[in-house]
Amino acid sequence: MTTNIILAGVGGQGILTIAATLDTAALNNGMFFKQSEVHGMSQRGGAVQSHVRIADGAIYSDLIPKGQADMILGMEPMETLRYLPYLKKEGWLITDTKPYLNIDNYPNEKKIFDIIESRSNHLILDATKIAKQVGNIRAANLVLLGAASHLIPLKERALIAAIKTLFKAKGDRIIALNLDAFEAGKQYALEHVDFSLS
Amino acid sequence: MRNIVLGDEAVAQGALDAGISGVYAYPGTPSTEITEYIIRKKKNESLNIHAAWSTNEKTALEAALGMSYAGKRAMAVMKHVGLNVAMDAFMNMAISGINGGLVVVVADDPSMHSSQNEQDSRYLADFAKIPIIEPSNQQEAYDGIRHAFKISEKHKLPVLLRLVTRLAHSRSLVTFHKPNKQKKLKFPKDIKRFQLVPARAKPQFDLLVKKQTVIRECAEDSPFNKLVIGTDKSMGIIASGLAYNYLMENFQEGCPYSVLKISQYLLPRKQIKYLFDNSDRILVLEDGYPFIEEKLADFFREDSKVIGRLSGHLNRTGELNPNIVAKALGIEQDFDEEAPKLVAGRPPKLCDGCGHLDTFNVLNEIKKDFGDKQIFGDIGCYALGALSPYHTISTLIDMGASITMAKGAAEAGVHPSIAMIGDSTFTHSGMTGLLDCINDKTPITIIINDNSTVGMTGGQESAALAKIKGICIGMGVDPEHLKVIKPLSKYHDENVVTIRKELNYKGVSVIIPQRACVRLPSEKKKEIRKILEAQSE
Ligand SMILES: Cc1ncc(C[n+]2csc(CCOP(=O)(O)OP(=O)(O)O)c2C)c(N)n1
Ligand code: SF4
Repeated sequence: MTTNIILAGVGGQGILTIAATLDTAALNNGMFFKQSEVHGMSQRGGAVQSHVRIADGAIYSDLIPKGQADMILGMEPMETLRYLPYLKKEGWLITDTKPYLNIDNYPNEKKIFDIIESRSNHLILDATKIAKQVGNIRAANLVLLGAASHLIPLKERALIAAIKTLFKAKGDRIIALNLDAFEAGKQYALEHVDFSLS
Repeated sequence: MRNIVLGDEAVAQGALDAGISGVYAYPGTPSTEITEYIIRKKKNESLNIHAAWSTNEKTALEAALGMSYAGKRAMAVMKHVGLNVAMDAFMNMAISGINGGLVVVVADDPSMHSSQNEQDSRYLADFAKIPIIEPSNQQEAYDGIRHAFKISEKHKLPVLLRLVTRLAHSRSLVTFHKPNKQKKLKFPKDIKRFQLVPARAKPQFDLLVKKQTVIRECAEDSPFNKLVIGTDKSMGIIASGLAYNYLMENFQEGCPYSVLKISQYLLPRKQIKYLFDNSDRILVLEDGYPFIEEKLADFFREDSKVIGRLSGHLNRTGELNPNIVAKALGIEQDFDEEAPKLVAGRPPKLCDGCGHLDTFNVLNEIKKDFGDKQIFGDIGCYALGALSPYHTISTLIDMGASITMAKGAAEAGVHPSIAMIGDSTFTHSGMTGLLDCINDKTPITIIINDNSTVGMTGGQESAALAKIKGICIGMGVDPEHLKVIKPLSKYHDENVVTIRKELNYKGVSVIIPQRACVRLPSEKKKEIRKILEAQSE
């Protein structure tokens, strides 16, 4: 069984931290993974994406085939839609509400959310606000990861251990903040959607 | 133990474990992380190896050859277009052969994620007549480079290891194996083969041609090539490198057709012959140009047994992916091709506060006097000056071409003729063009954007640090016409005046807008400031 996750966002939003957390957790969990990312020129406010594939056996393609993603986890609503062709019909769209406005032709926000809401499985959350309540808006990415964690085939223990490993160098306070953000996202999702339906 | 590594890092660790004594490289996406990994390891673990950025790919490759001549294993790393710069050394080291193992790692960029073209390095290795390793996954990248060093020493030839972006920038789990020790200093037994005067080069070239048979046999016996015989004879498939993954992604339960996976070249004739004799058609899947397909397809396509990119069964250009391969296999799929229409592009931009922006603003004001077509640009973050909203530069071809194109245009009568180049690009390939301008007294103004780093590829050390002024004056630029300016909006008017004045000068003038890249860590910026201040005292 392979679980395919697309991470979407803008350079600097913390996509690669989510990816690294998933990688480390997969290793801790004795699973296989492939995680490809688009780097390079995107460091300056461009679109950033990562394909994460987690499985209990060997994985061939580094890229998720179109139509095969179980989830798109977006740090930004329009970026979430950019990868829609990858999503399975019943796949989940999980996205932050907050647009990242660094272009002139940003589309009408209502239309973006209409498309997201037209999908049977979606969760839109104000991760920035939740992160702020927990203590720092920069942990919004961990809020999203927490919300998505219900659909990730990794033990929560492994995810938490991975967060501790990745933030180790930044000290206990930052670890605690990120763990709180993860937990808050997880709870929010529990209260707002029923993942068992998917 | 399994380790989490990028494809690039798998190559780097594989090279370290192969016992290299040095890595020579110039940065370029998607190859940069290979050398960065080794530099980091050297620093953290005090490794006794050479690991540093070279001024360009040619100096890198030649230094690697020097280390190999001395009997040690050496690796040169670059992006695909970098191999063009190193091509003279590349072709000729195939004639001389090597001593200690030498592997040239080249990262290709099909679909041009961050490059000017999508040239396929396999053609260049084929041209040089040397073996190629083309890994299909991270573990093979690690094992493949170790194997590459082995066959390099076996054939006494450089070996090309070809990566593509999707492998270079994809992470997975890799098992490392016991490292080899570095080699001892040991001169080649026969140094004549390194003396490529015609009398010595001729027999060496004959030898290289003769070696082709052994190199092919080596690929036929290689564990990196694998023929799996299928039950359905209507088609046989050749899949190289990453294309093999895209194929197998579509056949998780096993492929009904015979499949030849190729990760080592010369092309294994024995296995290909088997496939030809036992399949009605041959589908060739390769991520890059149709290199294998071209060799196998018949010229007139009268008997088009071989299909692939040339025959139109796959996209002629751009990278492959699992969906494209599924389509070529006739597998039904259900997905939307395109994202919803309202999704807008989000192109890269200059960072907030970047000095290049201030320089663009100055030039955009000045060029109102003469129009849009006389600023010759170059490659670096300032290449964004070709795009909206800046529209500052009119050309961008290859590293260094700003100065030389502006020179040719000036000599055709264009005035003013302006070149804009970055500090790293200037030392990479701009200096020789400047010397031509000085010798020919070309009326030209050269703007060298000195942000004291290689910004585009993530802020590596620039070989030009604190040296640009000295280089220009040493080469013969008149100090009266060399101006260092500060690209900040508060100096905008002043900078406009300075540059306008130099445009009127009928000789070589150089303007150096100098301000560190804002993305550099603050300690690094401080260090740079100190070095520059010490220099100007
Ligand atoms: C032959 C070749 N080698 C490497 C590259 C990758 N590359 C593009 S621009 C660049 C250097 C840019 O540095 P600099 O000129 O200092 O400009 P900056 O990005 O700092 O503004 C590099 C390494 C390339 N395009 N071509
Ligand atoms: S990385 Fe540096 S040089 Fe490049 S755009 Fe950003 S500030 Fe400018």
